[in-house]
Amino acid sequence: MKMGDISYRIKVPLMFTLVILITASVVTLALTWRAYEELREEVFNNAVEIGSVLSNSLPNAMLHDDLWGAYRLVQAAEGWSGETSSRLLVVLDKDGRIYVSNRPKELAVTTPLRAHGAELARVEAEVLRLTGDLRPRPYEYPNDQRLYVILPMLSDGVAMGTLVIGYDRALFWPRFIAIVERVVVSALLVTVLLLPFGWYLGNRMVKPLGHLANCMSKVGRGSNEEITCDLRQGKDEIGRLGTSFQQMLGELDEKERLESGMLASERLAAVGRLAAGVAHEINNPLGGMLNALNTFRRYSETDALGRETFDLIERGLQQIRETVSALLVEANPRSHSLSPKDVNDVRMLLLADVSRKQIRLDWRNCLEGDVALPSTPIRQVLINLSLNAVQASPEGGAVHCLVENRENRLCLSVVNEGPNISREQKLSLFEPFSENATGNGLGLWVTYQLVHQLEGNIEVKSRGGRTQFVVELPIKET
Amino acid sequence: MIKGRTTIRCILLMACLLMAGNLLASSEKTYRIGLTAVILTDQTSFLKEWQDYLSNSLQRPVQFIQRQTYEEVTDLLLGGDLDAAWICGFPYVRNREQLKLLAVPLFNGEPLYRSYLIVPTTDSVSQGIVDLKGKVFAYSDPNSNSGFLYPQVSMIREGLEPKHFFSKTFFAWAHRDVVKAVADGVAQGGAVDGYVWETLSRHEPALTAGTRLVSKSPLFGFPPLVVRRDISPANFSALRNALLKMASVTEGRRLLQRLNLDGFTEGEDSLYDGVAESVRILEDAQ
Repeated sequence: MKMGDISYRIKVPLMFTLVILITASVVTLALTWRAYEELREEVFNNAVEIGSVLSNSLPNAMLHDDLWGAYRLVQAAEGWSGETSSRLLVVLDKDGRIYVSNRPKELAVTTPLRAHGAELARVEAEVLRLTGDLRPRPYEYPNDQRLYVILPMLSDGVAMGTLVIGYDRALFWPRFIAIVERVVVSALLVTVLLLPFGWYLGNRMVKPLGHLANCMSKVGRGSNEEITCDLRQGKDEIGRLGTSFQQMLGELDEKERLESGMLASERLAAVGRLAAGVAHEINNPLGGMLNALNTFRRYSETDALGRETFDLIERGLQQIRETVSALLVEANPRSHSLSPKDVNDVRMLLLADVSRKQIRLDWRNCLEGDVALPSTPIRQVLINLSLNAVQASPEGGAVHCLVENRENRLCLSVVNEGPNISREQKLSLFEPFSENATGNGLGLWVTYQLVHQLEGNIEVKSRGGRTQFVVELPIKET
Repeated sequence: MIKGRTTIRCILLMACLLMAGNLLASSEKTYRIGLTAVILTDQTSFLKEWQDYLSNSLQRPVQFIQRQTYEEVTDLLLGGDLDAAWICGFPYVRNREQLKLLAVPLFNGEPLYRSYLIVPTTDSVSQGIVDLKGKVFAYSDPNSNSGFLYPQVSMIREGLEPKHFFSKTFFAWAHRDVVKAVADGVAQGGAVDGYVWETLSRHEPALTAGTRLVSKSPLFGFPPLVVRRDISPANFSALRNALLKMASVTEGRRLLQRLNLDGFTEGEDSLYDGVAESVRILEDAQ
C-alpha cells in the first residue's frame, strides 16, 4: 500500500504520532547529553575530591616506597563512596609504571600501564605527555570502557607520581535508561491524549474533501444541474476549493448549454432553410394547380361527381397551401407597434381555457407604453407560449406570465407547473412536427422562427416541477 | 613531607609523654606488656579480655601496649618502658645480652613454628622461592624471623642475592597483611608466620583461600615473651606463673583457644639456636 492510498483520517493522527516521536527523540537526546555532561562533571569532581583526600598521604607513602601503605590508601579511597566495582584507581610512578592499583590482580605492581591493553596505553601516553602539568585533568577517548581523571600526586610541589581514576561508562547507563524511560512514558501519554484529537482533526479536514471527491465523481455522468454540492465557501484552502468547484460546475453547465444551444439553432436554421426551400418549390406548382382548377371549374360543364371530385382536390390543395405557409413563417414588420393593450388582448383570449381548467393565471403586464416592436409576431409568440402553458398545466395549477421592458429588451416569461421537459425532448423542442409535440407541432417552431426573425432568443428551463420559457427581444430605437 | 613527619613524631612524643605520665602515677602497680604482630593483634575485644584475665590473675593492673613494628616494641622494652614484650625470635637473639625468656607459647603442643612461603592461588606453578625471580615480594617486618630473616637466609643458601632477586619488595608490617597482600595480588609471593597463617585459616578462611602454601621452613623457636634481664625476680616469677597457669584454668584455656595456642612453657634458650644461625648467615652475607 502506498502512502498516497492511505486516508487522511489515518494519516493525520499518524503524523501527530510521528511529530510526538520526533520531539520525544530530540528531547531524549538533549536530556541524555545533558546528563552525560553532568555526570562527567560529577565524576571529575569526585576524582578531584579523592585526589585531595589522598594528596597528603599517598605522595608520602611513595616517597618512602611504602607500597603496602599506598595500597591501603588506595583501597580506602576505593571504598570511600561505596561503588567499589565501578572505579579503577591506579597510582603510576614517574615512569608510567604501576606503583599500585586497587586491582592488583589485573594491574600488577611494577608493570607498565601500556602492557594492559590499548585503552590504558593511551592513558599512559596522556599521563606522560603532560608530565609538567600539575593540575587534575579529565581524559576520555571514544568507545573506551572508562572515563579517566589524571591527578598528579605532589609532594612539596614536586610530582611523585600520578593517580589515575577510571570511571566505568556503564555507570552512566542506569541514568540514561531512567531518562529515556521517563521521556517514553510522557510521549506515550501525550500520544494517547492527542490521538483522538488527531482523529477528530483528520476527520474534520477530510470531510469536505471526501464530499468534494464524491461530487467530482458525478461530473460528466449526468446533468451537472443535478449535482448539488454544499461545500463550505470561504477564504481558506477548502473554502476556495468549494468556491472553485461551484464555479467550475457553473462554467461546465454554461458550456454545455451553449453547445447544445448552438447545435439546436444550427439544426433549426438548416431545417428552416429546408422548409422554406421546399415550401417555395411546392408553392409555385401549387398556385398553378389551384389556378388551373379554378379556371376549369369556371368554364367547364361537369356532372355532380366531377364537381365533388374537383372540390375534394381543391380542399386538399388548400390544406397543403396552409401547411406550407405555416412553415414559411414571416414576421410582418408592417404591423403597428406593440402596446400594453395587445398584451391584455392575449390574456382575454386565454381566459376561456383558463377557467375551464381552473388554472390560476398570474398575468403581469409591466409595459407602460408602446414598444418599438411589431405587435403581430409578438402577440403570436405570446399566444403560442401561454396557450402551451395552459395546456401543459395540470388542473388547478398556476401559470405565470410576465411581460416587461428591461434595458432596451422586451422580456416575455411564461411559467407553468406541468411535467418537466426531459433532456431528450429539449433537443428537438423547437423543431416542426417533432414526435413529442402536441397539436400540429408547429406552434413552437413558429414561435422560434418569429423570435429569430426579430433577432431575439428563446430559452427554456425545466426543473423541479416548473417549466419556464423566456423570450428576449432587442428593441431597436428608430 | 619532612614537616609532616615531624608533626607525626611530635604527636607520638606527646602521646608517649602523656602515657608515661599515667604510667608514672601507677608505676608500681601496672604491668606493661608490649605486643607485636607475631599474634593477630587486631582482635581488640579479645585482647581486652586477656588483659582483664591477667590483671585478675596478677592482682595488679595489666596494660597491653601495641606498636606497628617489632623494632619499636623492642626499643620500648630495652628502654625500660615495658615490663615484658611478646616479640619475635629474631630481635630476641639480637638482644640476648639484655633480654631473657619469660615464656614460650606452645603451638600444636610444641614451642615451635615455621615460616611459610605463600603465593596467590592464581599462581599454580611456583614450587619454591627460586621460582619467584623478578616478582613482587611481601615481607612482614624487617625484624621478623619468619617474615624476613628466614626467606633472606634461604635465598642466600640458594646462592641468590636477596636485594636484586625480586623486582620489588615491601613490608606489610603484619603477617596478616602479608597474607592479604598476596591474596589481593599486590605481591606475587610472601613470607608469613606459619602459626598466623594457620590461625587465619581458621578465623578468616576466605583470606587464606586466596593464597597457596608453597613451602614450609624447618622448625624454629616460637616467638617468645621476653623481659629485661634486670627485672625484679618477684615480677618475673609472678608474670611467668600467670602465663604458665593459663592452660590449667578454664578461662585461661578459653583465651588460649582464641589464640590458637595450647599454653605457655618456660622455654630454653637453645630453642633459638636456629634463628641465631640465620642471623649469622645474614650478617656474613652483608
